[in-house]
Amino acid sequence: MKIKYISLIVAIALALLLSGSYAFAANPPVKGVKTPTGKVSSANVFNRLLKKQKVRNPPPPEDGIHDPADAAVHVLQPPAVAFEGLPKSVFGNYVDWVKAIEGGYIKPRYDRFDPTVEPLVMDLNIVRVVKASMPDVVFPHKQHTEWLHCSNCHPKIFIPQHNANVINMSAILLGQKCGVCHGKVSFPITTKSCKKCHSKPKPADWKPPKSEASLKTPWR
Amino acid sequence: MYKSALIGLLGMFAVLALPQAAHAEYADVIINNYADAAGMRPVVFPHWYHRIRFRCKVCHADLGFKFKAGGNKITMAKIIDGKFCGACHNGEISWSVENCGMCHSGIPGTPTHIDGSTVQRLVAPTYKALEKPIQQK
Repeated sequence: MKIKYISLIVAIALALLLSGSYAFAANPPVKGVKTPTGKVSSANVFNRLLKKQKVRNPPPPEDGIHDPADAAVHVLQPPAVAFEGLPKSVFGNYVDWVKAIEGGYIKPRYDRFDPTVEPLVMDLNIVRVVKASMPDVVFPHKQHTEWLHCSNCHPKIFIPQHNANVINMSAILLGQKCGVCHGKVSFPITTKSCKKCHSKPKPADWKPPKSEASLKTPWR
Repeated sequence: MYKSALIGLLGMFAVLALPQAAHAEYADVIINNYADAAGMRPVVFPHWYHRIRFRCKVCHADLGFKFKAGGNKITMAKIIDGKFCGACHNGEISWSVENCGMCHSGIPGTPTHIDGSTVQRLVAPTYKALEKPIQQK
């Protein structure tokens, strides 16, 4: 009886140990690199806060949000099948949706009943001058009106008036202004996508404005 | 003894088989306003599938879907009245509501959120005062 319990405990401990090592599989030990041992080693892991590399376009039963116990999940179309042949990108769905629509790879309806209705496209670029050293932002109405209607953004999210909108990256990251869509459903905000908006280089003679503190007490 | 070892082994496989961190398709929306409380799986809405067939304008301007996960308070009663999803999922434009499991396909207990959103990927907790947290039942 005692042996039975001990073996059960050992088996569970082994299971936890193995599953523990499985959970850290994101950073496998590199050959020739000594891994630190002892009490503090787990606190000093490499890339502590960098989340595990995403598996690209997994089928619904394996994607971690669909319940594989639901039979209908296995009927759903796997995204990788639908994305075959579409222009690629390096973030989001790994599909460049704007290129897909411009290149005629997809022809999404503008009216839910009538496939012949053409979108109301407006070609107008809005340039927003950025205070800091980042390239200025060019907002293209053309690509946005291909997908959206004016009323989706105006006047609730953006007041259609020059200099009437205060936009900054913190607000966008928290889901305001451009962040209502970007970072959620349209292309995400990563270091790889900055230049999609910040696309107009500063003039050659541009210098970053000096902060008040450095003007008051210049560095000697 | 072998029996308990076997139980332990099975337990190990159960732990290994647990879903790892979600890596679903970007912009998949999980809607769980009422589903869990009603004993249904939460709804998973795939943006990628719908945007191949419809432009944003169709749902977000014509049908009145707000740009907010869980903000539309969709119920089955509204859907069978032809509102929200029911504007297309009516057996005419797309398959009808008897296919419960096609939408109600999320892992039970998953809160309403947009999978893989930038806010979700932030390492530090986000400043909450700007936005009211989604009320969960």
